[in-house]
Amino acid sequence: MTPALFAFHAFSAAAVGGGLMTVLARHPVHSVLWLILAFLSSAGLFVLAGAEFVAMLLIVVYVGAVAVLFLFVVMMLDVDFAELKAEMAKFLPLGLLIGVILLMELALVFGVWSGAEGAVDSRAAPTPDPAETANTEALGALIYTRYIYPFQAAGLILLVAMIGAIVLTLRHRTGVKRQDVIAQMHRNPAEAVELKDVKPGQGL
Amino acid sequence: MASPGWPWEGSETMINAAAALPEILLVLFAMAALLFAVFGGKDEAAPSVLWASAAALAAAALFVGAGGRGTREAFHGAFVDDGYARFAKVTILLSAAAILVIGRRHMERLGILKFEYPILITLAAVGMMMMVSAGDLMALYMGLELQSLALYVVASIDRDSTRSTEAGLKYFVLGALSSGLLLYGASLVYGYAGTTLFSGILRAAGDGASIGLVFGLVFISVGLAFKVSAAPFHMWTPDVYEGAPTPVTAFFATAPKVAAMVLFGRVLWDAFGGVSGDWTQIVAFLSVVSMFLGAVAAIGQRDIKRLMAYSSISHMGFALIGLAAGTEEGARAMLIYMVVYVVMNIGVFAFILSMEREGEPVTDIGALNNYSKGEPLKGLALLVLMFSLAGVPPFVGFFAKLYVLSAAVGAGMAWLALAGAVASVIAAYYYLRIVYFMYFGEEGAPLDRTMTPANWIALLACAGAMAAGVVNLFGIEALAASAAAALVD
Repeated sequence: MTPALFAFHAFSAAAVGGGLMTVLARHPVHSVLWLILAFLSSAGLFVLAGAEFVAMLLIVVYVGAVAVLFLFVVMMLDVDFAELKAEMAKFLPLGLLIGVILLMELALVFGVWSGAEGAVDSRAAPTPDPAETANTEALGALIYTRYIYPFQAAGLILLVAMIGAIVLTLRHRTGVKRQDVIAQMHRNPAEAVELKDVKPGQGL
Repeated sequence: MASPGWPWEGSETMINAAAALPEILLVLFAMAALLFAVFGGKDEAAPSVLWASAAALAAAALFVGAGGRGTREAFHGAFVDDGYARFAKVTILLSAAAILVIGRRHMERLGILKFEYPILITLAAVGMMMMVSAGDLMALYMGLELQSLALYVVASIDRDSTRSTEAGLKYFVLGALSSGLLLYGASLVYGYAGTTLFSGILRAAGDGASIGLVFGLVFISVGLAFKVSAAPFHMWTPDVYEGAPTPVTAFFATAPKVAAMVLFGRVLWDAFGGVSGDWTQIVAFLSVVSMFLGAVAAIGQRDIKRLMAYSSISHMGFALIGLAAGTEEGARAMLIYMVVYVVMNIGVFAFILSMEREGEPVTDIGALNNYSKGEPLKGLALLVLMFSLAGVPPFVGFFAKLYVLSAAVGAGMAWLALAGAVASVIAAYYYLRIVYFMYFGEEGAPLDRTMTPANWIALLACAGAMAAGVVNLFGIEALAASAAAALVD
């Protein structure tokens, strides 16, 4: 067994196991930790496939930002997961039934699957030869030139999501005291301090 | 940079972003308006942002309508600017502008005229323009999501009302499900054709459809049927229409329907034109079920917003007849039907938006009792609109129905035309019942007589158009014919 093959088996086993435990873990924080394992193992798989940029991206963006954010959300949200799961269990038979039907349909399609002529070639057409170009460069050229339109549209969708989150949740509370730095700096002793002559033995 | 001879080399010229200039300008406007409102007056700036957005949308409509001839492709074929797209864009932009104007007072009265509202409507309109110009499955999905996400937010913009938030949530969950189905279909199609470009799919499917392609086609059709609220994928419509603030309901009933219907046509013809035998039956089924469900289920409704929801389901069924015909004549009939439908809905909603009793909005149709005694002119306008919605002969609504039915007959689907005629007779009952309430209803507490000038003009103009359009449909027919030719050729 070559080292690469060994690494492949190790990473894929860890990825599948991590994914399984994400769903099965009782404690939500444990779920997120298993999810991080799945991400890291997938990053390893990407490195083996020669897609080093995507691998680093997976670690930086998913593990570094998304998973940590999940962790915060899970820890801060006051959700009773056990109760939620009990609710889910009621719909389990129906969900399973629909799932099985869909799976059977998929199997039917897969059984008689035939692509159009030249589909494989045209799928591969946008991908340059990995031996010739670095993959960061190739991805950049695809995303920012070939697919600039969906890329910019995705940006707009995120803008709408941001506006939506703000308009639906932000409440401007009135009567809140905030620090006003300008006002603080423009205060002088004359108006900020008052001297009182307190007589001995008396309060103010 | 050394050139390794990549396959996309030299293709920078194909970006051709000028074809998407109206969209780009509208997006820039929306972002500028957002900055202006955030750093300027916040919600005090809302009315001016609203007027500016309406003006920008109308200007964009003029720009799209006046400029541009022929067919231009941009972004490597992902964006198509042709007569079909321009026809739809003008309709979408004008109706969005009209809805902003006629809904202003209602939003102010409910205290939910936030500056984000017109900006989200503008961005939704951009999404719709991207939908009707889609030349690629990815572009289709991006436009659809931009539109849908903005709509989910405006549905629940009255965030302190449980009904509005429920409407938004319901719409969001079902919309996400339908997007999932659509994506699933898109991935099957991509797997079959090896490309997401419509032109590539058309070429690949030309060999004869395999079962995988048909699966993909069915899932994409289901996803789009959700968006046009065609039965049996209509369940969200009545609840969302009822729960959302009325101006938002008015918006839902007009521009997004046009965009989704036109996109449906675009996908069916541009990507699956070679296998039309496989989709005409699907669309015909959707059409028949929608027409009858919309007509029958509306009979028991007392709430005018729910009634308009079922009315729109039924009307979508009629427009789908045009698509089901699978001919150029059918596409033309669908375009005419959508324009007429939008004009009628703007008129009716201009009225619904000013239905108030002692300053409180009412939506019960019983409130219309004896309305025409106090307000003969507005009553008459509503009568014309209701007759037109029902498809009573002297009005334009009848001719819209005539076009789709004759397209069905022309395509050898006489049974579909017959079903349409029967459904329109059933649907006439609830439209005429509203007229009956207005003219012969019992005495009850009358509605307020106030109506903003904008709504008054919109109501009268739409009703007038439905009566006067009999002469030549204002030339819409010729425009629709050239738009349909641009699609089908």
